[in-house]
Amino acid sequence: MSPSKRVQNVLVLLECDSGGELLKSSLCAVTFAKDLCGAQNSEFFLCLMSSSSAEARATACHLGARQVLLLEQEPDEALLAENLAPNLRQLSQERGIRLLLSAATSFGKDILPRVSALLDCAYIGDCCGIAVEGENLEFLRPIYAGNATASCIVHTDNAVLTVRHSEFAPAVSNCPTPSEVEIIHGTERTIASNRVKWLGFDSIDSKRPTLTDARVIVSGGRALSSQFLTVLGPLADCLDAAIGATRAACDSGYAPSDFQVGQTGKVVAPDLYIAIGISGAVQHVAGMRSSRVVVAINSDPDAPIFSFADYYLVGDLFKLVPELVGALRAHGPAGTH
Amino acid sequence: MRAYATGDNGKIRPIVRSVHFAAESRCSGEAVKILVPLKQVADPDHYARIRLSADATEIDDRGLERKPNPFDEYALETALRLCEDGRNPRQRLGEVVAITLGPQSADSVLRSAMATGADRALRVNCTDEQIDGRIVAKVIADIARKESVDLIVLGKQTVDGDSNEVAQRVGALLDYPQACFCAAILEQPDGALHVEQEFDGGVRRLALTLPAVVSVDLRIVSPNSVRSHHTPTSHAYPPGVRFASLPSIMQSKRKPLTVIELAHCITDCSLALEYRQFRLPKPRGESRRVTTATELVELLSTEAKVL
Repeated sequence: MSPSKRVQNVLVLLECDSGGELLKSSLCAVTFAKDLCGAQNSEFFLCLMSSSSAEARATACHLGARQVLLLEQEPDEALLAENLAPNLRQLSQERGIRLLLSAATSFGKDILPRVSALLDCAYIGDCCGIAVEGENLEFLRPIYAGNATASCIVHTDNAVLTVRHSEFAPAVSNCPTPSEVEIIHGTERTIASNRVKWLGFDSIDSKRPTLTDARVIVSGGRALSSQFLTVLGPLADCLDAAIGATRAACDSGYAPSDFQVGQTGKVVAPDLYIAIGISGAVQHVAGMRSSRVVVAINSDPDAPIFSFADYYLVGDLFKLVPELVGALRAHGPAGTH
Repeated sequence: MRAYATGDNGKIRPIVRSVHFAAESRCSGEAVKILVPLKQVADPDHYARIRLSADATEIDDRGLERKPNPFDEYALETALRLCEDGRNPRQRLGEVVAITLGPQSADSVLRSAMATGADRALRVNCTDEQIDGRIVAKVIADIARKESVDLIVLGKQTVDGDSNEVAQRVGALLDYPQACFCAAILEQPDGALHVEQEFDGGVRRLALTLPAVVSVDLRIVSPNSVRSHHTPTSHAYPPGVRFASLPSIMQSKRKPLTVIELAHCITDCSLALEYRQFRLPKPRGESRRVTTATELVELLSTEAKVL
C-alpha cells in the first residue's frame, strides 16, 4: 500500500553537528513526523549516529519514538552517502519502514535521494506539509522558487522525503518514558564506498547564531560591497542575529557562500528578517518569504522587496543602518521582550 | 562502446542492446568521457508571473522564455574544463556528451550545448508529464552504462522543480561515488577528483575515483574552481560560463544529435510521484513605509512585537 493511502512506520534520520549535538532542524523534522503519525495513528522511529553526544541521545530518547536506533560506524565515513544510504535501505526494509525522512539540510539532501533510488521509490524534496484528501495523503512541496506549491501523491510502496524544517517548530523532548535504544551495526558497503575518501571538513566558525537557528536575520545585498560586514556586523550584534546575503553578494565575494539565503542557498523563516540593499529578486525571496516580519531598507523606492516587507525605509543604507543601530541601543538591549 | 548510431534521417538505430557495467576504474592518462544532462526551463527571473489553469492541475508558464537550467549550464562548463587544457580550450582532450529528456522543442538546449563545446547530443523523446525524478535518473543511468562514461556532471537542481535528487539517484543506480553541490573539482595526476562541496556550515572535501557522479553549485564557475590534469595550476579561467562563438554555432549544426525513445531506456515507465494540483502563494499583507529608524524600532517593538 502506498504512503499516499496510509503511512505506517516512519523513520526520521537525525543529524548532529561536528560536536555531536542534535541540530534544531532535526527536531523540526520530528515535529513533521509526529504530526503525520498523529493523523495516521502510527508510530515513528529515530535513527542517530553513534558519534552523537550523550546529551543528543538523551534528547532523542524523550521525543516519543517507539525506538531510537543508534547506527555504529566510523564517524566521518558514516556521513558519506555511499555508506549511509545502503544501511538506511537495509534498516527500512528490515523494519517495514514506509516513510523515511530527514530535515532538508545539505546532509539530508545528499543522502536521502540516494536511499530513494536504492528503494526504487518516490522522493519528495523540501516537503512543507501534508494534506489528507479522503483516502489519499498528499505531500506538499514548493516549486518554481516558492512561486507555487504542488500537492503530490506517491505511487510506490515506500517514500523518502526531506522536510522544509523552517516550516515546523522544533519538537520538545519531554516524553516521560524513554524510548528503547537499539544499536545497529552499519556493515553494508558497496563498490562506491571504496571509491570515495573523506579528506576533511573546513567549518566556518562564527560566534553568531546560524541562519537556521536565529530568531532574527540581518541580510545584505551587493550594494554593501566591501563594507558588507562593517555595516551589518554591529546591527547583527545588537539583535543577536545571524547574517544572510544575496547570491550576488556571495558571488562578488563580499560574503561567504554559506551566508546565501535563497532558492539555491538556505531557506529561512525567522521572526524578523531585515533586508538591507536587497532588490528582491525571485531567487532571493524564495529563501525568506515565510519570515514572520520583514523589514526592507533600500535606496530604490521601486525595489520589489518592498512588496514583501511589512515595514520599509527608503534611503541611503550607509546612513540608515547606523541610525537603526543607534535607535535599537536607545530602545534597550536585545532580547528584553 | 557506442550503443547507438544516427541514421540518415536522424532516427535512431540501436546497435547494441547489452547492458554494460563500467565497473573497472579508468586508467590515468586516458581521455575522459563525460555525460552532461541538461533541462530546458522557463526563465527563472520571471517565476512571479506563472499562473495556474482554471482547475489548478497545471502550471501555465507559457509567457516565459525557455532557457537552459542555469545549474546545467554550469555543469556543461565544468565538463568542458575537465576535458581540455585551459590554455587551449578549443581542443577537446576527452568527450562531452549532452543529453536531455523532452519533446522536439528541447533540441535547442542540445544545439546550444554543442555550440558551446559538447561533442554530440542525445535526446530521449518524451513529454514532461511522462517523467519524474525516478524516471529521469533511470534514463541517465541507462545511457551512462551504454556509453561507458567516466563521469556524469549535473546541475545540483533544476530551478523549476527544485527537487535536487537526480545526481544522488544516478549514483545509487550505478553504484558510483557521488559528490553533490560541488564548488571545486580538481583532477589529480592519477585521475582521481578532489572535490569541495558546499555544505551547511562549511566546505566538505572528498576524493573520488572514477567512474563517479557529481552535481555542481554556483561557485563552480569561479576562475580556479575546476581544473583537468592538463591545465596548469597557475591557469585562471574567466569567471562564469563560456559563450559559443559564431563559427562554433555553425559547426555545431553538423554535430550528431540522436533521438531515442523513452521505452528504449527503461521498461517500467510508471510515475513514482504524481503532481496532482498546484496553488499560488498567499500574498503578504500591506507594506508600510516608515521615515525614520526610531519610528521603525517603535513599530517593531509595539506593533509587530519582535523586539
